Amino acid sequence: MRNLLWAIPLFPLIGFLINGLVYLLSHRTKGETHGHGGGYGTDAHTAATAPDTAHDTGHDPGHHEIPFKGLHTVVGVGSVVIACVLAFGAIFDIGLKAFSEGASHSITLWRWIPLAVNQAVGQIPGSAGEWFVDVTLRIDSLSALMLAFVTFVGSLIHLYSVGYMGHEEGFGRFFAYLNLFMFAMLVLVLGGNFLLLFVGWEGVGLCSYLLIGYYYEKNYAADAGKKAFVVNRIGDFGFILGIFGVFGLFGSLDFQKVFAAAAANPAAYTPYMTVICLLLFVGACGKSAQFPLYVWLPDAMAGPTPVSALIHAATMVTAGVYMIARCNVFFRLAPNAMIVVAIVGAFTALFAATIGVAQNDIKKVLAYSTVSQLGYMFLACGVGAFAEGMFHVTTHAFFKACLFLGAGSVIHAMGGEQDIRRMGGLAGKIPRTYRTFLIATLTISGVPFLAAFFSKDAIKAAVFHAEFQAVPWLPKLLYAVALFTAGLTAFYMFRLLTLTFWGHFRGTKEQEHHVHESPATMTIPLIVLAFLSIVSGYVGVPIIEHGDRIGEFLRPIRLPIAGMPERVHHAPLSIELGLMAAAVAVASIGIYLAWSWYSKGEGRTPARLAAEWPGVYRAVAHKYFVDEAYEKVFVRGLALDGGRFLWEVDATVVDLIPNGAAAVTRGASWMAAAFDQYVVDGLVNGVAYALQSLFQLFRRAQTGRVQNYALVMGGGLFCLVAVYLLFR
Amino acid sequence: MNLSNIPILSIITYIPLAGALALVFLVPKEKTGAIKAFATLVAAIDLVASLPLWWAFDRARDGYQFVEKASWIPSLGVNYHFGIDGISLVLILLTTIVGLIAVYCSYSAITERQKEYYILLLLLQTFMIGTFCCLDLFLFYVFWEVMLVPMYFLIGVWGGQRRLYAAIKFFLYTLAGSVLMLLGIIALYFYNTSGFLAYKGLGNAPSFSIEHLTAVAAGMPAELQVWLFFAFFFGFAIKVPMFPFHTWLPDAHTEAPTAGSVILAAILLKMGTYGFVRFSLPMFPEAVRNPRVVGTMVALALIGIVYGAMVTLVQKDMKRLIAYSSVSHLGFVMLGIFACNMAGVQGGVLQMINHGISTGALFLLVGVVYERRHTRMIAEYGGLAKQMPLYATYFLIVALSSMGLPLLNGFIGEFTILQGAFARNFWWAFCAATGIVLGAAYLLWLYQRIFFGEITNPANAKLPDLTVREQLTLAPLVLLALWIGLYPKPIFDVIRRPSEKIVQAVGGTALEPPALAMKAGAASPDAVAAAPASRP
Amino acid sequence: MTITINHYLIVSFLLFSIGFLGVLVRRNFLTILMSIELMLNAVNLNLIAFSRRLSDLTGQVFSIFVITIAAGEAAIGLALTISFFRQKKTLDVEEAHTMQG
Repeated sequence: MRNLLWAIPLFPLIGFLINGLVYLLSHRTKGETHGHGGGYGTDAHTAATAPDTAHDTGHDPGHHEIPFKGLHTVVGVGSVVIACVLAFGAIFDIGLKAFSEGASHSITLWRWIPLAVNQAVGQIPGSAGEWFVDVTLRIDSLSALMLAFVTFVGSLIHLYSVGYMGHEEGFGRFFAYLNLFMFAMLVLVLGGNFLLLFVGWEGVGLCSYLLIGYYYEKNYAADAGKKAFVVNRIGDFGFILGIFGVFGLFGSLDFQKVFAAAAANPAAYTPYMTVICLLLFVGACGKSAQFPLYVWLPDAMAGPTPVSALIHAATMVTAGVYMIARCNVFFRLAPNAMIVVAIVGAFTALFAATIGVAQNDIKKVLAYSTVSQLGYMFLACGVGAFAEGMFHVTTHAFFKACLFLGAGSVIHAMGGEQDIRRMGGLAGKIPRTYRTFLIATLTISGVPFLAAFFSKDAIKAAVFHAEFQAVPWLPKLLYAVALFTAGLTAFYMFRLLTLTFWGHFRGTKEQEHHVHESPATMTIPLIVLAFLSIVSGYVGVPIIEHGDRIGEFLRPIRLPIAGMPERVHHAPLSIELGLMAAAVAVASIGIYLAWSWYSKGEGRTPARLAAEWPGVYRAVAHKYFVDEAYEKVFVRGLALDGGRFLWEVDATVVDLIPNGAAAVTRGASWMAAAFDQYVVDGLVNGVAYALQSLFQLFRRAQTGRVQNYALVMGGGLFCLVAVYLLFR
Repeated sequence: MNLSNIPILSIITYIPLAGALALVFLVPKEKTGAIKAFATLVAAIDLVASLPLWWAFDRARDGYQFVEKASWIPSLGVNYHFGIDGISLVLILLTTIVGLIAVYCSYSAITERQKEYYILLLLLQTFMIGTFCCLDLFLFYVFWEVMLVPMYFLIGVWGGQRRLYAAIKFFLYTLAGSVLMLLGIIALYFYNTSGFLAYKGLGNAPSFSIEHLTAVAAGMPAELQVWLFFAFFFGFAIKVPMFPFHTWLPDAHTEAPTAGSVILAAILLKMGTYGFVRFSLPMFPEAVRNPRVVGTMVALALIGIVYGAMVTLVQKDMKRLIAYSSVSHLGFVMLGIFACNMAGVQGGVLQMINHGISTGALFLLVGVVYERRHTRMIAEYGGLAKQMPLYATYFLIVALSSMGLPLLNGFIGEFTILQGAFARNFWWAFCAATGIVLGAAYLLWLYQRIFFGEITNPANAKLPDLTVREQLTLAPLVLLALWIGLYPKPIFDVIRRPSEKIVQAVGGTALEPPALAMKAGAASPDAVAAAPASRP
Repeated sequence: MTITINHYLIVSFLLFSIGFLGVLVRRNFLTILMSIELMLNAVNLNLIAFSRRLSDLTGQVFSIFVITIAAGEAAIGLALTISFFRQKKTLDVEEAHTMQG
């Protein structure tokens, strides 16, 4: 099975090709007869939705046949399920124990970019001057973890999409994109070198673009897709420079070689690591939506909900964490970069959580929650707790996917409504959705013995125990931020739960009549994910001997660095338990406040608070005006106005060269023509005229009468003779 | 396949010429169908004739292959001298492919004076291939100049509203550059035969042989090299076009008919970069080693990248937008070439091909809607994805290739170029990489404005999707883009030797290595991995 | 009185002068032609006189030549005269002035 590694991404790729081609060909003939404007967005409540509200329905007013729906379903879901089976096959073929002992397996498919670089810097012996980038797939414990939950969650979400997108006219297109995404994500996870990682990285970015812009007829969706891609490109700008740095430094991009070299000879590489790590981190910021590049992720909710669950919660956005965990050797050599990562992570976690408190769109709340949780993961990486970060990535994939899919189910039930102010009391109407959503909410809030309790606790403990030599007080501050953020998280998640499911229904009669439980293809993934949200934490139980199995599993990626002893902190049990208690207490406060304000108090307290501090409320509700500022400064200001200015320059200043030359030439030509006409011609004509008038005289002599000539001849002769005779 | 006994290069070069002559004399003007078919046939034959080169070309050999030589003007030492290396090879193949596509895509776009049109297209192809084949500077100049004539007419006769202005600007601008180049050529010639000014003459037999003159020129005094470098520079830079000599390009592109734009973008612009690679670098290594000269070149390239991209962002006319994006892309090519290392030069050459494929395809795509709507203004479109899904798909793939998405061709070129630039100077790569961000922005925005949203303009509501013929023109380019993106090694293999020669000529080995590696004094990772125990 | 060379010369001179005056003053084509003959014959006389005086036959040979050429000249002249007459219906040389500048 392990040698079938190449087939894992291949199947989704084949799925993409089949779905895409079938969709294209089946829609080709429809070009002439398109009049009905598609199956979405035409219903009445769309018109009422504010344009900036992400809005997808999954629900269709009129039913029409979707061509090749069965084929799309089988190919779309089947290809990912096969990939999942192959992935688990490969993992178990190598064996979990072997992974935790450092086993890895790589296959090189073909030689991709043969970079023949200057011979003077050819560093790989035996192939002087030749650097190659190969298409190498590699599986080790880190990729195995990613591979497992990406394919598994991916399969579930594909299954869910069959129900959710069932009435969409672009069903085949959706599955084509989703399969392409799985392909790119698997390349990202399995890539054995930086460049292949980058291929997957850009690939998932592309799919994200396509899927966010799935409802491309809606301008906000198209805008959001473009924004996601461009912001990601800004991150990739840093990432690719970081890759060049690695290449310039090591002469290789292969993970194994590069990290082994860095770990073995840290002194030689340390001076450059801070720059390289920061560049790589810029890339991670883009993909994983960290401050200041997080702005695309909330907008990305314009995509269909399964997309939000799969790409913008569970898998793609964690790629940045994966990349940093992958490069942990580099980051450990660059403590200053680590501090930056930790600060950015913590700040993003808090920042996004505060925004999440005041959002009213169910998906937006989850989006900011995702940004916040990603900040948590970066915080973990920043303090050197890479395994803990990956642990949270894994649990987050389950509970956040569950939340998003639950939200999708709610939206489905509500006929496309996403504003939680118009919901309420849905618990009894859609019980399965409610129960799974409740479990996931409890998990994310950090309720004891659910998954996130363990993963978040691990992070917080790591932050608490972290040591920054440059700023020794920082870890405690970061811990405080993390703890406070945990409280906020519990608060806004329960606010969401309360407003959505409890209390009384606040929507229209029509909506109330419409509410129904989702089909089994949608609820089964919910139940599976809810179950995993409960149990997945038990791979990382602290305190107990060998309880932290995930940490052990991931240990091999943390290569020991020469001359840098691994610090193992065995904090007293009391401190560990104290930290846990603090976390639980903070979460409880958050939950209690949310319950008392929104359920018991029916929103009076927050309304009063908002009225008392209108400035603060406005800032939070408008996401601190970051989008507006970016739009004004970078998009309108720098890019568009700058472009217009330069175009003006182009048309006036730069074009001066040819146009000026043309003008000068024309002027010179005019002058030359004048000179020619008046001076040169004048001279010639003047001479001619003078001569002509002179020769008018001579002309008289030419009488044409022979006798005259003879007379002159005779006269002349006579004169000559006379002269001769006289002056002889 | 043994091609050594037949003058394959001349055959490839003159097939279109022969076809054009046959068209002149044999096919009457009224039979437009026959004219199209015949022109397509000729272009197809030319493509088929050029394909064997790919397999017959010996990748391991240095120097020129398939050489043909005959005396032409003995008193001046002018020879009819053809031959190619790997760089010419890929460009010739690109020319024959794009040539066929250009003929094939004009079927419905050109309705007037069809006979003259196809004759000019075929003539143009002969001249372009000839330029890439020449090993004699005199002959090169002849082809280089005569190439302008058919292009001038293509723009001036079959162009858009302001075609005359564009055609004349194109002609005069490029001619002005060529004149300086001619001066440089003459200077080289006299330097070779008798010497001039303060420099001692060599007294060689008169010759225009590129190989010979390259060897002679490389030994010239540095000061003279700089002068001659700039004489050639104007000829090439205007053709590339480099900032600030680019303003003819948007006009010419915008006004030219689709096939003209395609050829202009795909092949004619490559003449300039080809000139740099073939002449400027190997002939004037001292000038290229001069930090001020390289600094100027790279600065112009970087300005071109960022400036071009910024200006592209705000264009309202599709063709003008793509034209400005060419300025940005060719900035990358120039950056790679003047990085003067293997990665840069190879990347630059590869990016020439990539730009030909991607931008050529973009112009084809614009031509598709232009034929249907007769407007190039972006604001006239919108929502086409619904109406023309196939077209949208092709456009997306081509746009992605142009913006350098991995697994498509643009990425390979940009990556290797940036790698080469990075090896020289971090900030070169840094500035150039901003072009990638802007590239995504302008292409995606263009895409959004054309394809996304509702169809608001009723004129777009009934647009038919791509015809089979249009797909046939696009599909080869898309396949090439995928091939290069997935497996560029064959092309790297072909261009490797000549690139090596160029880099060696400018003292590539003596150039500074990647800044980081040397300063770090880093040992090989392999060596380190092999002997970890030796470290304390 | 012996007839010396001077006598010949005087006669010849008179003859030549008469011919020359005739060429100058007469209007009639034929008269002018005859005057030219007169001048030629004056020359002939001169030639023969000197031939005789110097006992050299060359002069006589030349005079034969001159007579021959005079015959040719007369023929061409008469032909021109006829041609002229056909055009102008007159023999007045004043009419022949188309070469006037």
